[in-house]
Amino acid sequence: MSIRIENVTKTFGKFTAVDKVNLDVPDGTLLALLGPSGSGKTTLLRIIAGLDVADSGSVIREGEDITRQSARDRKIGFVFQHYALFRHMTVEENIGYGLRVRKRPKALIKERVDELLKLIRLEALGKRYPAQLSGGQRQRVALARALAAEPKVLLLDEPFGALDAKVRQELRVWLRKLHQEIHVTSVFVTHDQEEAFEVADRVVVMNQGRVEQYGTPAEVFERPANPFVMDFLGNVNVFHGRVEQGKALVAGAALAVADQHPDAPSAAVYVRPHEVVIQHEQSGNASLPAKVLHVNPAGSRVKVELRATESEQLINAELTSERFAELGLKSGDEVFVSASRVRVFAGNYVI
Amino acid sequence: MSADAVIIRLPARGPGPQVPASFVNPRTDPAWVRWGLTGFAVLVVGVLVGIPVVNIFYEALKEGVRVYWDNLVADPDTRHSIFLTATVVPIALVANIVFGIAAAWAIARFKFPGRTLLTALIDLPFSVSPVVAGLMFVLIFGLQGYLGPFLREDGYSVMPYATSLVGVFVLVVLYFVFRPANPAARRGVWRGPTWLVVPAASVVLFALSVVVQKRLGVWPQGESLKIIFATPGLVLATAFVTFPFVARELIPIMEAVGAEEELAAINLGANGWQMFWHITAPNIKWGLVYGIILCNARAIGEFGAVYVVSGHIAGQTDTMPLRIEKLFQEYNLPGCFAVASVLTLLAILTLVAKARLERKIPSAVHEATGEGGS
Repeated sequence: MSIRIENVTKTFGKFTAVDKVNLDVPDGTLLALLGPSGSGKTTLLRIIAGLDVADSGSVIREGEDITRQSARDRKIGFVFQHYALFRHMTVEENIGYGLRVRKRPKALIKERVDELLKLIRLEALGKRYPAQLSGGQRQRVALARALAAEPKVLLLDEPFGALDAKVRQELRVWLRKLHQEIHVTSVFVTHDQEEAFEVADRVVVMNQGRVEQYGTPAEVFERPANPFVMDFLGNVNVFHGRVEQGKALVAGAALAVADQHPDAPSAAVYVRPHEVVIQHEQSGNASLPAKVLHVNPAGSRVKVELRATESEQLINAELTSERFAELGLKSGDEVFVSASRVRVFAGNYVI
Repeated sequence: MSADAVIIRLPARGPGPQVPASFVNPRTDPAWVRWGLTGFAVLVVGVLVGIPVVNIFYEALKEGVRVYWDNLVADPDTRHSIFLTATVVPIALVANIVFGIAAAWAIARFKFPGRTLLTALIDLPFSVSPVVAGLMFVLIFGLQGYLGPFLREDGYSVMPYATSLVGVFVLVVLYFVFRPANPAARRGVWRGPTWLVVPAASVVLFALSVVVQKRLGVWPQGESLKIIFATPGLVLATAFVTFPFVARELIPIMEAVGAEEELAAINLGANGWQMFWHITAPNIKWGLVYGIILCNARAIGEFGAVYVVSGHIAGQTDTMPLRIEKLFQEYNLPGCFAVASVLTLLAILTLVAKARLERKIPSAVHEATGEGGS
């Protein structure tokens, strides 16, 4: 079922948590609400579930306005960040709770619980209590409990936030697969851009209660709508310069701008570390001289820190290990830096 | 474990100076300090607590079980005092349980103006002397008090109003508890607009109830309603003095457990009633029992406030502690100790129950903070 959010605003005292947000979640998508903490993403999720009440605006599910419906009638599953499992109930009782309060026959509840235990691969642990489970297991029980009531929409608040790196990675893959199997419209909140891009079909970037950008992971990553999104999606080199005839002039170098951009006397020029090109020779006026400060070869990509000779600006670069071997870089080397891809946002945006 | 280690290490230090002083565990005090302090504590507890408690039972049972039993049940005034305590305490207890849960819920779950004030006021009975509390009720309901003359003239005339008010209030609460949350599912009395139905129905029912009670003459007319020097006063004073126990016990537990499990239940389709009985009640269960036990112990033993409002009419307003005092004044020591032994026994039972529960409650709060695990 699709969900539409129209003009939703929510304030806590003087703080505006959600500011006139409009959002469309098409049927069957897995959407990520991505943003820094305090950007209003959890509040928005709770408003959709009916656990918080919006000051204004409406929530529409498949054409039906459910703004005034109570949380228990919305049939929207919610997985809490800290799971909120019922501590005095076993795993089976937890999962079956949604059916129990709706007065379903016992046999049917049992059948559904067994089916879900199989789905979350915890068949053997049905009689345990939440305190006897690991974090990843609790997370899966919380998900099964939300799914048992056959929700039309599933909401997950920081689903992997409290887990360690390895379990996180496993659960991401598992959630992605699960979504492909059951296809329930899902929205999850995260502050980890990697997680959002890996799991979701659609990504919504939020900041200070507003939606900054909406799109597929590729769209958002390739075409950030504004400097905030650009900056939030991973570290980035920012140069200050101007735009003339489709070229960004930065510290004496003229870099080709990816998208058509009108001339601007003052612009912020963004280059991602993996788009920085390092060469030993100068190539016309499209590169600037720099000095290698530090090389970090750990990891799948080699990280190089440089300083531009002229402006003394620090530049972060990432190279493949092949390219790194080819260049034979070490700290102290004098090199020339250009960019394979350049993005420009005009105006005095301050980060 | 550490005690063993200390005992093994000490002789090495005693006879010869070959072990440097820095080898001695810096966290361990010398033997004379440890034994001295322990001995002092045991002595004080023994003299102040142990011997008197044993003495109560010794004095009570000195002349045999038969005499002890006669002392308890043969005297009609003593018998009545036990009966009166057994009446007053449960009523005060039920009132405080209902109030305690409501107050703890309000304070732990909602933010509202005056929340801090309410929290402070809950503690008031702890800080006020019980005698002052008793006097307060005498000043309101006593003969010379504000409501005294009216209550003496025709006190029962308020009863139709009071009972109707309570009845209407209970109905309103039930109305909201059982109202289907989904507007589409509301039938019958739940169909109309709430802002109109509830006030209108309340007024009509209240008026109807008052008129019916007056017509039928349920309550005596022109008679005085005794509150002070009567059982209602005893209940009021006892309830006032013991009023913080349940709420104070529940507030920290409800705050530690948090509202998320309750929200999860609502999200899964539970109504308010189901949420309370399935989620909230099991989570606060042990804290509630603990609060009830403390409240009960205090209510049974309450002396000061009850002393002021009772007027000590033997066979009418003497509760057990008041009866003990009176027997003592009358030099009836065997009788006095017999009743005292019953109170002491209840106190010991309370202590045992409290010690057992204390082991359960920290674990409940502990799990609540998400650190639970086995």
